[in-house]
Amino acid sequence: MARTYKVYSIEDGTVIDHIPTPLALKVIRILGLENEGIMTIGIGFNSEKHPRGKDILKIENRELSHEETNKIALIAPDATINIIKNGKVAEKRQITLPSEVRDILSCPNPNCATNKLGARKHFVLENKGTVTYRCRYCERATVVNADMLTKK
Amino acid sequence: MVSFNGRSIVSIRDMSHDDLIKVVETTKRVKHGELSGFLKGKTVATLFFEPSTRTRLSFESAVFKSGGSVFGIANPKASSQSKGESFADSIRTVSGYCDVLVIRHPVEGAARMASELSSTPVINAGDGANQHPTQTFLDLFTINESFGRLENLKIGMMGDLKYGRTVHSLAHALALFGNELTFISPPSLQMPENILKELDDRNVKYKSVADLEDAENCDLDILYVTRIQKERFGDPQEYEKVAGIYRITQETIRLLGEGIRVMHPLPRVDEIAEEIDSMPNAIYFTQAHNGIPTRQALLGLVTGGLD
Repeated sequence: MARTYKVYSIEDGTVIDHIPTPLALKVIRILGLENEGIMTIGIGFNSEKHPRGKDILKIENRELSHEETNKIALIAPDATINIIKNGKVAEKRQITLPSEVRDILSCPNPNCATNKLGARKHFVLENKGTVTYRCRYCERATVVNADMLTKK
Repeated sequence: MVSFNGRSIVSIRDMSHDDLIKVVETTKRVKHGELSGFLKGKTVATLFFEPSTRTRLSFESAVFKSGGSVFGIANPKASSQSKGESFADSIRTVSGYCDVLVIRHPVEGAARMASELSSTPVINAGDGANQHPTQTFLDLFTINESFGRLENLKIGMMGDLKYGRTVHSLAHALALFGNELTFISPPSLQMPENILKELDDRNVKYKSVADLEDAENCDLDILYVTRIQKERFGDPQEYEKVAGIYRITQETIRLLGEGIRVMHPLPRVDEIAEEIDSMPNAIYFTQAHNGIPTRQALLGLVTGGLD
């Protein structure tokens, strides 16, 4: 049976909806918000887009920048962003894949300079359709998956 | 106008069509003796973190022939890295001792990282399985020298196309000029999907075949042969089977057409019979020797000795 949301509405902040279950915690990691402020997480809601369900994330008192929200597209390209001000939706935002990604993705090539010599992790977008990025250092192209997120 | 002054040579991926032409044209002038002494007063450091006698000697010869000085390490055990100095610190330090840094390192991306840390231009002399751009430049120069052009050629690449970085970079470069490529390899050593995808994106005409016989009616201008490494095969019997199929003999030349030119990045094992060496079709030793003017040209361009 479909049920209504049991996630509190927020007064000010950012709501990220349509995250495929169970990636909400990984979205928090991509945004680097593990230890910042109040967040409400809903996991496994019914969704037409996502047969396994969707997650929703509400971040209080923090308006995410476009640069930040675009990073979400790396693992949840269908996610939607609402910026909430005074209890109302002030902005509905589309996300697009960032042309370059630094620090948050690890290169899967064990012999890459980012893994062996301490080079800063840096990927460049190769193909939007397949979400493929090329490592700036070892130059290998990889389809991004959640396992590539750097461990903190 | 293309300028290389102060620029690092890290990857063929960084190079435009005009960049490649510029290097090939400059190499031609160097080889014909039109340009000389352009490294006078310049010091080149060669940092070889893994052994490679041929490439290192070729760079050193290129420096001497252009009037420059060269120093460096040929053995990582002899460097401060064996005392625990970080790669980054080694690069920052040595780049202050020279006008250009030539680096070879087993880690992929080491040259890119060095180019970001170095105060002087870096030339990549091989970073693991990734790039060896000076090899690609000398290959292009050799093709241009033999055919007078870099476009509208039919080029076969044969052997280990999966792991061979030489053929990956060369395919990438040739794609900028509109050539037709034929890939000849056993199924287990085929050109990787991501490289074929790139060729598709650039509308390059290519086909993949398993047997050399299938290349007979391709009317190839060039056959670029690479070594099939025994260690890539779990089963030695499988290797023997493959190695036998991919051996170039006088008979192969006859079947592929008398006009074909055979290239190889060397060292070869037995994929090209020695009987080919004296035939006009064999250009692999000329190709190896072209490494000198090519590296002279690159050193001159990045240090500003040539423009």
